Amino acid sequence: MEKTLYTVNVYSENTVGILNQVTNVFTRRQVNIESLTVSRSAIPGVHKYTITAETDEETISKMVRQIERRIDVLKAFYYVDDEIIFQEIALYKISTDRVLEHGALEQVVRRYNARILELNRNYTVIEQTGHVEEIQQLYEELQPLGILQFVRSGRISITKSPIERLSDFLAEMEAKRQASEQV
Amino acid sequence: MSEKINGAEALMRCFKEENVTTIFGYPGGFIIPVFDALYSYQKEFDCILTRHEQGAIHAAQGYARVTGRPGVVIVTSGPAATNVITGLADAMMDSTPLVVITGQSIVAQLGTDSFQETDVIGITQPVSKWSYQIRRAEDLPWAVARAFYIAREGRPGPVVLDLTKDAQTQLFDFEYKKCRFIRSYQPNPTPDPNDLSLAADLINLAKRPMAVIGQGVMLGHAEKELYAFLEKADIPAASTLLGLSIMADDYPLNMGMVGMHGNVAPNRKTGECDVLIAIGCRFSDRVTGDINTYAANANIIHFDIDPSELNKNVRVFLPVLGNVKETLPAVTKLLKPARHTEWIAGFKTYKEQEEKEVISRDLHPEGPEITMAETVKCISDQSGRRAVLVADVGQNEMTSARYFSAGPGRQFVASGGLGTMGFCLPAAVGAALGAPDSEIYAVCGDGGIQMTIQELGTIMQYQLPVKVVVLNNNFLGMVRQWQELFWDKRYSSTRMQNPDFVQLAASYHIAGRRVEKREELSEAVQQMIDHKGPYLLEVHVEEEGMVYPMIPAGQPISDIIMGRTDTK
Repeated sequence: MEKTLYTVNVYSENTVGILNQVTNVFTRRQVNIESLTVSRSAIPGVHKYTITAETDEETISKMVRQIERRIDVLKAFYYVDDEIIFQEIALYKISTDRVLEHGALEQVVRRYNARILELNRNYTVIEQTGHVEEIQQLYEELQPLGILQFVRSGRISITKSPIERLSDFLAEMEAKRQASEQV
Repeated sequence: MSEKINGAEALMRCFKEENVTTIFGYPGGFIIPVFDALYSYQKEFDCILTRHEQGAIHAAQGYARVTGRPGVVIVTSGPAATNVITGLADAMMDSTPLVVITGQSIVAQLGTDSFQETDVIGITQPVSKWSYQIRRAEDLPWAVARAFYIAREGRPGPVVLDLTKDAQTQLFDFEYKKCRFIRSYQPNPTPDPNDLSLAADLINLAKRPMAVIGQGVMLGHAEKELYAFLEKADIPAASTLLGLSIMADDYPLNMGMVGMHGNVAPNRKTGECDVLIAIGCRFSDRVTGDINTYAANANIIHFDIDPSELNKNVRVFLPVLGNVKETLPAVTKLLKPARHTEWIAGFKTYKEQEEKEVISRDLHPEGPEITMAETVKCISDQSGRRAVLVADVGQNEMTSARYFSAGPGRQFVASGGLGTMGFCLPAAVGAALGAPDSEIYAVCGDGGIQMTIQELGTIMQYQLPVKVVVLNNNFLGMVRQWQELFWDKRYSSTRMQNPDFVQLAASYHIAGRRVEKREELSEAVQQMIDHKGPYLLEVHVEEEGMVYPMIPAGQPISDIIMGRTDTK
């Protein structure tokens, strides 16, 4: 089966131990998580997980349903890159002496639309946001200078579709809650 | 109107609110406060002290399976919690509602490897529907209400509450509110009307329809809806292992059991039907055999309540999401009355073949040794109408499924998905408590009974009228069968030297008898049935008996082996 990089979005209640349940689904099928970002969503009390993994569509669709089956998970979706706007962030730490020796860092920073976050006698920290390839390219460009530290975040993403499936789901469940209280 | 009580007392009141009557338990250090509270509630709850925590959870499973109500288990932390893992995994696979309370260390010591501390949430999450640690008494009523709701609603399953010592002893203002809604959980998803009408269209057009009935029909209390559905469109139906005891054996549309050791007719007809209607089952690999050839000529319609089951194992033509209690009658309404006389008559040819090549050999063997089939058939024929057979795992289970006539109404209990040896004896304890008006037969092998044989102690202490039938072949029979068929008769670690089971029972003051001759079988079975109270019947069955028919694992259903001559 052909493998594709999928982005999985999971929305859950903010309770302890959900991450474990989500990653268990990946572990059980031996699908490696490429990146993982967890944070609060815009909706109070709802947490959002963004996970990327390479697999085939049949596997990812079953995994998403099994994630959704966990009681505290509200909804889970999967997307290919065309369906989402996504971004990563990376930080590069380089010795300031080497930066000064290089002389042309300004051009590099401009070309990559990166920025300098910190500059002191000892080191310089550059920040870059973009897709994984862009971050990798800058890494390779800076490598001759000797990168002291490098870190990249997991992916975050937003869907292109005009339909807001989570909001629709929450509205539907709110109607069910009201109905259940009338019983 | 609230008053300050401690968490342990609160738990008792929660149980009363949830109509709990029976609890299976085993005390220990970090659950003593709860057992102390139980001491004051002896009139309200029967607390059954098993001999092992695994026994407690299997007993609760047996109880849940015969009553349809959640089985309740209370054990301590650490080793007790790890001892219930097998039962949780079993209940998860077989959709059995359980509420399992495990004691836990004091909050301040969590994560420090304190005495009898285990990461219960971490290890139970993959094998339970929901697991939650209660750290403060004030969270207890909310968590217990939620636990019962989750265990029971939608597709049932086991729930774990990890109850810290702090939460058991803290005083708080108790108030109980039953859980009726969880925002992130839809137990009864709304059916799509398009799916329902499409399903009806497909069935109306079918020339050779066939239904496969799983436990979902029982869990959804949709037996009557099922009969109406089958009868209106004249659809022959077969059960999965856990779907047994939904249709009566003599129900005209009941064609038997599908699966690895199922009946020939429904298995063969799976390949011939043009529409296969799977109702509340999950297409276990033991049912489908080779997925790629399964029901190759059929459009498959799958009715299920759990969206994650749809298109999981078998890619289906039409998934119908929803509670079968709701979806079946909705589709029935749209069905045109039909007759499939010729198609149904076609099952008979295969039935006769099985009768001749398998069943008659099993029931009327040429050799002097008793067969498992004869024994089970004897029990089935001589027992009363309200008999529940609790099987263990392996040849005893498959033989029981094949030869015990389980009438409609939760009369057959077995560990299906997980295949847990040792399930039978403790599950029979639970079944006896859950169905006190039924005769309870615990049919196990010499291997399985020894995995949980300590539960004879529980049967003794509560004088539970469990009739234990040990089908003793001095082998781990099913593994030996595979070794004979597929591993060149290399009987690696399957020969077993056994104790005297009758004497063993006697030391528990349980009456018993050993049978070695066919002439004594019927009379010995009758003696067991007539005996008031617990009884153990050890039947020496042929050592190298086989369960046929058999579809080898992963092979097409059409590769049915009918007997030893097929394998030469």
